[in-house]
Amino acid sequence: MVEQSGVRVVRCGGNKINFRAPIITKDCRFLICGSGDSVKVFSTSTEECVHVLEGHTDQVTGVALNPANHLQVYSCSADGTVRLWDFIDGILIKTFIFGYPILSLYVSEKHAGVIFVIVAMENQNKGENFQLLALHLPKVPDQEVEAKDMFAVLCDISPNPGSTAFGQGGEYIASALGLRLNVYFFRKQKTYRFSLKATDKKGAKNAFTCVACHPKDDCIATGHEDGKIRLWRNFNQKKEYTYSTQHWHHNAVSSLCFTPEGMHLLSGGVESVLVQWHCEEVNKKDFLPRLGGAISHIAVSSDGQMYCTSHSDNKINIIHCSFKLSAVIQGLVKGNIWTDLVIDSRTKALVMNGRPGHLQFYSLQQDKQLYSLDIVQQEYIYEEGLDQFEVMKAVFDVRGNWLATVEERGRDSDLEFALKLWGFNESAQSLELNTTITAAHQDRITSMCFSPSTETTMLVTAAKDGQFKVWLLGTDSETQKEQASWSCDFVGSYHGLQPTNCCFSSDGSLLAVSFEEVVTVWSSDTWGLLTTLCQPPGPIRELCFGRLSCSKYLLATTPKNLLCWNLLTCSLEWSTPMDVHLLRSDPLSDIIAAFCLHSKSSNLFVFRPSEPRPLFTQKAVCEGKVQRCVFAPRAEPLDSCDERFQWLNRSRLYYLTEKMELLSFSTQTEDERILKSRKQLLVDDSVAVTPFYLLLGKHRRQQEEEDKLNFMTNKVSERTQHPQASVAVKELLHTPAHVLPAASFLCSMFVNSLLISNTESREEKQPSEKDEDSDKEEDDSEEEMETGDGQQEIRTQGSVEEAPPKLSKAEEKELRRVRKTDFSWVTSLSSS
Amino acid sequence: MGEFKVHRVRFFDYMPSAIRALAFQPQREKIAVARTSGSVEIFNCADRFFQEKIIPGREQAATEALAWVGDRLFSAGLNGVISEYDLENQKVKYTIDAFGGPMWTIASNQQGTHLAVGCEDGTVKLFEVCEGKIQFEKNLAKQKGRILSLSWHPSGSRIVAGMMDMIRVFNTETGQSVHRLLVERGIGASRSVECVVWGVVYLSDGTIISGDSSGKVKIWDDLTGTLIKSHQVTKWDVLALSVSQDETSVVAGTSEGTVVQFQFLSVVLGQEDKEWVQTRIFKNHTHDVRAVLELGTAVVSGGMDTQFVVRPLLDKIEERGPECVLRKIQFPHRSLVSCAKKAGLLLFQYPGHLELWRLGESDGHGASGSVLPVKRKPEKLLHLKIKGEEHICCSAVSPCGEWIAYSTVASFRLYRLHCDNNNVSITKVSKLPKVLSSANQICFSSDSSKLFAASTCSSVHVVSLSQTVHKFVCTLKPKSGSVQAVHLLAASEDGKWLASANSDREVQIYNLTKMKLHSTVPVYNSGVTAMAIHPTTNNLFMVHADQQVFEYSIEEKKYTDWSRQVQRNGLHYLWLARDTPVTNVTFNPKNPTHIILHDAYMFCIIDQTLPLPDSCSQFYNQLTLRSLPEKDRTKHSHAFKMCKTFKELMFVELMEDQSLVAVERPLVEIAAQLPAPVRQKKFAT
Repeated sequence: MVEQSGVRVVRCGGNKINFRAPIITKDCRFLICGSGDSVKVFSTSTEECVHVLEGHTDQVTGVALNPANHLQVYSCSADGTVRLWDFIDGILIKTFIFGYPILSLYVSEKHAGVIFVIVAMENQNKGENFQLLALHLPKVPDQEVEAKDMFAVLCDISPNPGSTAFGQGGEYIASALGLRLNVYFFRKQKTYRFSLKATDKKGAKNAFTCVACHPKDDCIATGHEDGKIRLWRNFNQKKEYTYSTQHWHHNAVSSLCFTPEGMHLLSGGVESVLVQWHCEEVNKKDFLPRLGGAISHIAVSSDGQMYCTSHSDNKINIIHCSFKLSAVIQGLVKGNIWTDLVIDSRTKALVMNGRPGHLQFYSLQQDKQLYSLDIVQQEYIYEEGLDQFEVMKAVFDVRGNWLATVEERGRDSDLEFALKLWGFNESAQSLELNTTITAAHQDRITSMCFSPSTETTMLVTAAKDGQFKVWLLGTDSETQKEQASWSCDFVGSYHGLQPTNCCFSSDGSLLAVSFEEVVTVWSSDTWGLLTTLCQPPGPIRELCFGRLSCSKYLLATTPKNLLCWNLLTCSLEWSTPMDVHLLRSDPLSDIIAAFCLHSKSSNLFVFRPSEPRPLFTQKAVCEGKVQRCVFAPRAEPLDSCDERFQWLNRSRLYYLTEKMELLSFSTQTEDERILKSRKQLLVDDSVAVTPFYLLLGKHRRQQEEEDKLNFMTNKVSERTQHPQASVAVKELLHTPAHVLPAASFLCSMFVNSLLISNTESREEKQPSEKDEDSDKEEDDSEEEMETGDGQQEIRTQGSVEEAPPKLSKAEEKELRRVRKTDFSWVTSLSSS
Repeated sequence: MGEFKVHRVRFFDYMPSAIRALAFQPQREKIAVARTSGSVEIFNCADRFFQEKIIPGREQAATEALAWVGDRLFSAGLNGVISEYDLENQKVKYTIDAFGGPMWTIASNQQGTHLAVGCEDGTVKLFEVCEGKIQFEKNLAKQKGRILSLSWHPSGSRIVAGMMDMIRVFNTETGQSVHRLLVERGIGASRSVECVVWGVVYLSDGTIISGDSSGKVKIWDDLTGTLIKSHQVTKWDVLALSVSQDETSVVAGTSEGTVVQFQFLSVVLGQEDKEWVQTRIFKNHTHDVRAVLELGTAVVSGGMDTQFVVRPLLDKIEERGPECVLRKIQFPHRSLVSCAKKAGLLLFQYPGHLELWRLGESDGHGASGSVLPVKRKPEKLLHLKIKGEEHICCSAVSPCGEWIAYSTVASFRLYRLHCDNNNVSITKVSKLPKVLSSANQICFSSDSSKLFAASTCSSVHVVSLSQTVHKFVCTLKPKSGSVQAVHLLAASEDGKWLASANSDREVQIYNLTKMKLHSTVPVYNSGVTAMAIHPTTNNLFMVHADQQVFEYSIEEKKYTDWSRQVQRNGLHYLWLARDTPVTNVTFNPKNPTHIILHDAYMFCIIDQTLPLPDSCSQFYNQLTLRSLPEKDRTKHSHAFKMCKTFKELMFVELMEDQSLVAVERPLVEIAAQLPAPVRQKKFAT
């Protein structure tokens, strides 16, 4: 059905990358993690996503490097398959069909050809029950193989993948559930069970939360609910086992990991502090605090050079073994969303609640967080039960110059809130706090909006204290400040009723404020009440003006009806009995989207206010209620000719479901385009992917296209410059940074190479005095791109390297001579 | 169980002294405990850690270390003398000056031939253990700085000494130093302070383990003299070390009050390669742990907080029994309080003085559980300081309140108390029979006409008291010829019988009219902790360290039917699991079937008319009974009626006027008098 309509619901990025522990490849260059139903490969140095391994049809529940080939990775999924990938090229090698949802995956070098999976027990009679299976992977060359050869290793284990771990050399496997630790020895095929008491006199909570095994010694580390870590030894004895206890975490230990040599033990919990315990000296420990959300997983690379931690705020930190944070991979933070989904018109980013007390700016195109704006500007304490400030509302004005936020804490009786206005600073290219209004209203702000008119910058806030206030960017001389600040201009109320929504008409001349069951329309010039609309009665939920050709219409929803008034006649144009709970207008067109809940799934209606017949309907877009939705303008408009999908041409509709999934609609033409662009993104894997590289790559591709064009149209000898230009770029990229000549020298060469002209000789005679600052920036990014080849270049560049910044005339001449020489032989050498 | 007017006495300021040293005698399973007051106590591990003997201390004894050589116990102290103890008669046998200044440590070799002491002047002196004495043999090479700890290699050929900033290994044959192991100092402010090696242990495989004041436990190899591993155990000092018999476990006591266990474990399971790994931490003390013992099945520790703690290692114990519980022994296992039942006086025994108090009075009648108004406050009548350096070993007040007797190791004193109205005066009885030079236990007959004093070789001297003449009557001796001292005496109400119990667990009953041995109670394999003769039936009621109770009919010379029934039925497991011994037995003359006993945490009335509890019945049933209707109570009640209203009981006695005296000593008050412990960072403070 979806295929027929030509529009399908797509999951739109923002998947959880912290669902399972990530892995770092053997060479530490890539980090692999499951993200929704795909596996993502990130570069550890640049944080860019290199590959998206797609093929699973359900949540990916585990990744593990193939112990036989470290360039391959296994992934398992709830769709019941295990897939083997080549993550360097992003190719699916094999699919093993298992048939039952897999919850977790383990591999061990000792057990070749076998992987271990956690599955839910079959014919379960009471509650959930899980077991660990050893799955023999058949050695057949087929692409898709059914893996049916298996045997149960441990029964009744925890579904949490962190509470099962392989011991030293794969000799045994340790698994904890509740208050019991099971150790299964493969050789003896014997299980030892150790249990703890639920509590003791001192009130300790002893339940196990996670398990890790020492890679060299026979020592099992277990984390506990009260923050204790126990190190178990001698666990092949029934009675004479022993353990030592360490206590630092004040709350449950969520993850434990030994470094490959067993020198250190890493632990993390809700405190978001990575603790490094020294196994030799028990009392010594190192801390890396303030990493973000609660730590959910810890992983270590096989050479111990890199650690990574997954956090509850959908983030992966990559940490160098010297305990320095080296990279951050941040996904869409999907905690509690109180704000509406807002589009920042400058960055075209989706703005919503991010980390606690922050707003995140999330690029929908690139599926990555651009930045996070600290609204509350207070340290957030990761502990349950604390009442801390949260951003409740955020609104942008039309041009993206102003942002208004409301932060709140406390319940109704001791409510504290503040209205903050943020102005865009052109020079800093960032939002800066302009005004903080601590007592904007007597009670909670229910709604606010900016005026869309271009002349005045105006904000209207409506609050539960029965008033709506108009705030203007103050030009009044009283404050005598250099910077204009916001002040209250008008306070309106209507019969002491509580205002619930406010909305400006598209030209900003009218303000509609709904007071419970009455909609009032005010003139924004005089602040006079123009009219009231209250037919048919019902508490107003949402209020929305039509746009462009339909700007004379005002739409409102009540629990029973969707209403449309014509403001020219001040009469009800039409109404339909529909329980619409979300109404959103497209800022770029005159259409309006409405979501309504019907039999536990949400339906979407897209319509023009001028005609009550919907343009487009889609039933069951998702299960449950749609929480938020927004129209995001497209970078390039689509040119779909099908009438039904024209509403998707200029903007895209994103919506957030109850499960906090960000979904969108995609047309067929769009799908094709994405597929095409993805192929283009496949880049030379010898170079780390950076934005800078992508820029260069684009440039190169353009040149290649131009080449083709030139080749086709005329065969003029201009082409001679291209080899040299590409040589310059290649040299720049392929020479290690430490042997490169001075940046000032390179810069001119680089800029020259970008110029499309044949007056080569003239330009080169101009002295290359460039801005030092920009050079430095480029220099930095060059260093990031360094790769390890090009021995020849070192020798050829060696003489140039020592060139002092201040050059004498003779030297300058010499340099120019050197620069003129053709380096193209270098490429021929290096490519051979 | 009846209602009593209770004198809740809290003015006995008993203050135990800190434990300084522990020594274990593996053959007889006995532990000797040295306290800072100079007293030495012997605990029997096999008999539920019953405190069998107490050798009273003396002023300025300053015992620092203990060592067993076979059955002989030696101590060394800061007063510079080595003492050997006479364990039978519970006194110091002889002392010998080592001429090396204060001594910090003493250690015996496993062969039992030599003793080594470490002195302040830096010498390790070897003494040869001879029959009945010890003889100086030689000095090992003299070092600079004091010797704080010593440990013999099991072969006896080498000895390791912990010193300031270093550890030395000596060859005992040549007396020469073999190795000099330097111990680094602590970091920070403690860098300028010398590192004190408080404890060393020499293992048979040549491993040396040391604990020092920088908080580290270090493991050394004596072949190369190199450090193998260092464990930072605490921020403060490691004060004591002890190794188990099989050398697989070492425990270290620290200033933080923790005991840290190290175990010799194979790093990879199933392989021979073993390593010392820090495992468990026991935190049972609030103050410095000055001495630890690793017994194999339990870890025993003691320190500044005066508690003697036994922590069983459950992984080493084959079968769980009532012995496998954590024991904290705070109070001595014998009564320091004696009571004049008729006069309402209490005599408190302190190490250096006696206090006599008159109980308060109240005429009010209140509801059960209410506090009565006090008409007359309790009054301290007497503060009797003893002469000489020796501490009191026993004391007693006669039931009429007229006589007070006490004994030290060196002397026996008897005083007569004149108490008319508010004037209290005492006179020392000067002409005492010569046999009364010293006593291990003192008891008066119920009519205060006779004094019984237990003396050497389990003998009891009987002295008749009168206003003027004090006549020695006779000496009662057992037939067994036991040389152990008597630690309990009980006289019958009618003055006919006297029972005595000694450390050989023998209970003798003497006929006082004939002045000869009447009978001997069959020897039971656990020490008697409390006994008394019933005033009407003349049955001897005994409670043993393993919580068994016996009733012995003196006239019939056999156990009573009730006692046999108890043995047949067996006692309730919760009664057997009680971890402090019963220290006093008394009877209710109004209700002859009631027997009142107490231990440190409860007192109990045994009603012999009621059925015994079986294992499935609720043992502590007082609250349940109270909630039941009257007629159902009899169905559910059993012989043991426990009362836990009073905690930390030192003494319970029923007075003549049917009021109960309960002497409490709250542990918090003891803890408040202790010096402040080392500062420790506590989470969220």
